[in-house]
Formats: sequence, C-alpha cells, structure tokens
Amino acid sequence: MDKPELFKDGKRIDGRTPKELRPLKIEAGVLEEASGSAYVEWGGNKVVAGVYGPRECIPKHGADPYKALLKVRYTMAPFCSKSEHGRSGPNRRSREISKVLREAFEPVVMLNQFPKTQIDVYVEVLQAEGGTRVSALTAAAVALADAGIPMKEMVSGVAVGKLDGQLVVDLGKDEDNYGESDVPMAITSKGKELVLLQMDGLLTREELARNLDEGIEACEKVYELQAQALRKSYESAHERGKLRL
Amino acid sequence: MGEETKIKILREVRKDFLQNQLEEGARFDERGLNDWRAVRVDKGVLDSAEGSALAEIGGTKVLAAVKFDIMTPFADRPEEGVFMTGAEFVPFASPVFEPGPPSEESIELARVVDRGIRSAEVIDVKNFFIEEGKVLGLFIDLWVLDQRGNMMDTAALAACGALLDAKMPKVEDGAIIRNESAGPLEMKYKPLTTSFIKVGKNFLMDPSIEEEHAQDMAITLGTVEGKVSSIQKSGASSITRDEVLALTDIAFEKSDELRKYL
Repeated sequence: MDKPELFKDGKRIDGRTPKELRPLKIEAGVLEEASGSAYVEWGGNKVVAGVYGPRECIPKHGADPYKALLKVRYTMAPFCSKSEHGRSGPNRRSREISKVLREAFEPVVMLNQFPKTQIDVYVEVLQAEGGTRVSALTAAAVALADAGIPMKEMVSGVAVGKLDGQLVVDLGKDEDNYGESDVPMAITSKGKELVLLQMDGLLTREELARNLDEGIEACEKVYELQAQALRKSYESAHERGKLRL
Repeated sequence: MGEETKIKILREVRKDFLQNQLEEGARFDERGLNDWRAVRVDKGVLDSAEGSALAEIGGTKVLAAVKFDIMTPFADRPEEGVFMTGAEFVPFASPVFEPGPPSEESIELARVVDRGIRSAEVIDVKNFFIEEGKVLGLFIDLWVLDQRGNMMDTAALAACGALLDAKMPKVEDGAIIRNESAGPLEMKYKPLTTSFIKVGKNFLMDPSIEEEHAQDMAITLGTVEGKVSSIQKSGASSITRDEVLALTDIAFEKSDELRKYL
C-alpha cells in the first residue's frame, strides 16, 4: 500500500487534531477469577490485563529472599489484526515488550514488601490498532491496583511521534506504520518520571523535547481515566467480573 | 504451598461436602441438578475478525474469533477448504493456568468443539474452493478469559456465536479483500455441547469451578438439532450405557435452552 496523506489542513487521517487522543475507555475488575483485572479500549485496541499474586514463587530456586519477582507477559491473539491469522504465543517482539513493560512497573510496585513471592501480570491484546504496548501498560497498571498490590505511584502511557512534519499525540495504526517517528512512553503519576521510553524514526532535539512535553500532558489525561475506572469499580462492586468487549 | 497442591486438598474437602449436599438434591449455589447458570452471548465484538462472539456461562468467559486466510488444500481433498480450531487458556483466566505450550486440556477443548462442528458438516467446506491449489481456510480461535467452570460448553457456545456472526470474505485474483464481505457464512445447524460431571453417584450439569474440583468424571455431549454430534468422556472414572442415554435426553432439552441465546 502507498503511504497515505497523514496530515492535511490541520487534521490527521482519522480527523483528529495533533494533540487529540483516540476515544479511551478503561474498566477495572472485569474478570472474576484473577486477583485484579482491567479492560482498555483505546481507539481500535482491545486489551485485557489480569494479575495474580503475590503468590508462591515457582520455581522456588528463582525466588528473591529480599523482594517479590515481577513477571509480565504481553501477548497478541492471532486474530487481533485485520490482516492474516497470526501465530499464538510469544515472539521476539512480544518478549521485548514484556521486558520493557516489566521494567516500567518495577520502580513503582513495592516489591520489597513481599519477599520470596512472585507477582504475575498477564496482558492479552485481543484487537490491535497501533499503540498496543501503551494500551497494555495502561491496562496492566489498573489491574495491579485492582489486585490491591501496593504501588508508590500510578503509571500511565501514550505513544507520541511525528508524521508529515507534524508532531502528534497517540499514534494510530497508519500513523505508526507510515509516520516519521514513534515514541512510546509512560510516566509516573506524581513524580512525572519516565518509566517506559522507546523511539524510532528521526527527530531533532527540539522536536523530542516537544514530543515529551505533549506526551506527559497526554499521560495525565490517561491517568485521570485510570483513577476514574478504579473509583467506579469500588462504587459499584456488584458490577465486578463483567466484561463487555 | 502451590496452587495445584491447594486445589488437590480443596478437592477432597469439597467432594465430601458436595456429596453430602447432593444426597439431599442441593448444589453449592442452590441450582437444580440440570440448570444452567446465567448465560450471555455478545456477537460481533471484534472488527479484526470475520466473525466473533464473547460467551459467558456463570462467569466463565470465552471469546471466539473466526478468521479466513488463503491456503493450499490437502492433497487428498483438492476441492475442499480447511477449517482448524485452536484454544488458548489465557493465563489470567485461572491461577492454575501457566503460560507456555498448549496443555492437554486446552487441546482437548479445541478438538471436542471442532468435532461437534466437523462431524455434523455444519459448514460446507466445498464452498471454500477458490481455484486449483487455492482454498479458503477458516480458523476458529477459542480464547478462555475467565475460568469459573464448564469451559467446554462456554467455548462451544462462543464458537457457534462467532460462526453465526461470520461473513464470507471477498476474494479477488486469489487474494482476500479485507473489510469487504461476500455475504454470511452458511451454517446447517447450531452445534452446542452440554457437559455433566459425576460426583459420587450423582450427575450434575454445567459445573461451577468448585464443583469441577470435586468431580470423579465428566462427559460432554455435543448436539445439533435432534442428533448427537460428538461425545467426550473424561476423568478417571466410568459411566454406564444407561447413564449415557439418560444424559443424552437431558442434553437435547438443555442445549435447546442455550440456542435461544444465539
């Protein structure tokens, strides 16, 4: 496919302005069996996260006597894309994403409170449309909080970047594929420190600075919706365990 | 103590308790022996697949997705399309599910659902022929998201919902044009399953996770309208001929109740 026109007359390919997020819906406590769970629908992304733990570390010899192990597993379902049927299970891409997601949470989850245990975070991408890793991170953060696991701060993510010379927030699939730069990032809610940061493409120092500033601003909006979802799950506890895709 | 060990201990405690209760004809959740828990089916929940459905029976959630691809036919059936069923026990669905290669149980689940559809020729794979050496392949993926008991019937219900929701893909010059459909997928029947577990001398339908922990054996009866289309006995205990036939009668009636949700 030829590169579509990504930015024209101040509008992006899906009609958004440069700093506008796609519709974002977050729900906490969508599963019955998991200790904590969350559903995130972000544009065309549909992601479910579930958390177990702190629980006994398996294998036992892998346990850390001073803190809990945090295990994060990000996977994409073979039916998540509009193109051909994929393969199930982890691949090189999903293993890298699992690693950077784990390292985004390690600074905030109070692991030293639970020595010799493990905390499992599983994220399944059911439908993908650009920005799955930040959708996964946003869901995983809510699922961790929903499981009652103590965290110093919340974590919220977004992908920023550049397309047709224009800096934008929350890249969609075509913007990700044909844009000039993609910067997935996540910050902590209070300290505003970066816990996830990746980048590809070409940006000047000034462009990177503006991207980061606009990204931080967008993460704050994401945080508001995460907090709202958690509040709502406590206000309407009888709704727990309901998943509507 | 690991989750597996805990469940083994719980199983013994619950089995005793459940057996005593069943002597008085009562279940943990006060259902009758042959009652479904709350049922729900949402069709068309994914844009990325040609068909999809999220089915729920008593908190157990299974997402089924139908996708088409271009494939090479099997050498012995050059004019027929292919269909394949896969299942994934997503690790967040249960504390005992582990990430990794498919477990025996998830393979069994996929194969039992597959057989129920395949043996009744619910889908005519001859309609999937494109040209010599090229056919459509249909993938049914069963994603277990929450395991609260009776994954089998929930998965079969989700699969049936996703097939009913599915559109045939438009094919041009031997390639699929995504986002364009060539009309609904034709289905001859609505294949479903009804599963029972045996606890002591009693059989009960649609087991919850707590009841499954106490089971001696299980049997799944696949039905299409008026006929049995698949059977799977599982678990390390036996069942008599008369018991199978009595359960078949119940399965016909109870699967019709489930069809109303589709």
